[in-house]
Amino acid sequence: MDRFNEVGIRPVAISVDSPEVSRNLSQQAGYTFTFLSDPNAEVIRRYDLVHAGVGENGNDIARPAEFLVDSSGTVRWLNLTENYWVRARPEQILEVSKLLE
Amino acid sequence: MNVRRFNWPLWVGFLLTLGAFLSYFFVFVLFPFTRDFPWANLLLFLIAAVLLFLGVRRGFASDRPHPTRSKITTSIVATLSLAVFGFFVFTIFIAGRWLPASGGAPQVGQKAPDFTLTDTAGKQVSLSELLSSPVNGSAPKGVLLVFYRGYW
Repeated sequence: MDRFNEVGIRPVAISVDSPEVSRNLSQQAGYTFTFLSDPNAEVIRRYDLVHAGVGENGNDIARPAEFLVDSSGTVRWLNLTENYWVRARPEQILEVSKLLE
Repeated sequence: MNVRRFNWPLWVGFLLTLGAFLSYFFVFVLFPFTRDFPWANLLLFLIAAVLLFLGVRRGFASDRPHPTRSKITTSIVATLSLAVFGFFVFTIFIAGRWLPASGGAPQVGQKAPDFTLTDTAGKQVSLSELLSSPVNGSAPKGVLLVFYRGYW
């Protein structure tokens, strides 16, 4: 994560988890980046990332996805994995972030 | 009591099958190289398959002290091993792909929809704030939004 900060990229994690759950997770794992809570999946829905009915009690949750947004608010890169077990790698994102002003 | 009596390739093959299954979720998933494609686990499954093949041959040999018991045990262990392998392939290659297509997600070149959400300190944070407040002492070049399933 420090490597992202070094190149001026702010990582932000978003899920339906409550702030408390995310706080526990980030403390236990020693994460320092921002965790945001979207309990009703409103923002997740706005980004069309809802994975319907697979959360606790059949709640909607987010599918895994990553977006690199530049300072003007424009999406410069995104990754919508087709397989839950395959994710974007930090090196990949750092490479793309070089393109940003 | 002798070595011939204990069908070690069968049992080692079975344990290795279990190990090949579990090690993905506890070990290999932690490293992108072994996570994106489970080649390490498939290799372990392959070694297990060779041992199981030898074990099945031994289990069905005519010189077993208890031929019927041996055949039944061997069949059960081999079937279970095959089921574990099948479940692994299903979990990684089939169930892993059960994700929504997300065709309406913002594309490259489009504006990322603004939002305001609560952070772990209970503070309301908007995307525009995240894009403007300093990172490492200077204005951020960008924000990496990582959506994840969560731990509920």
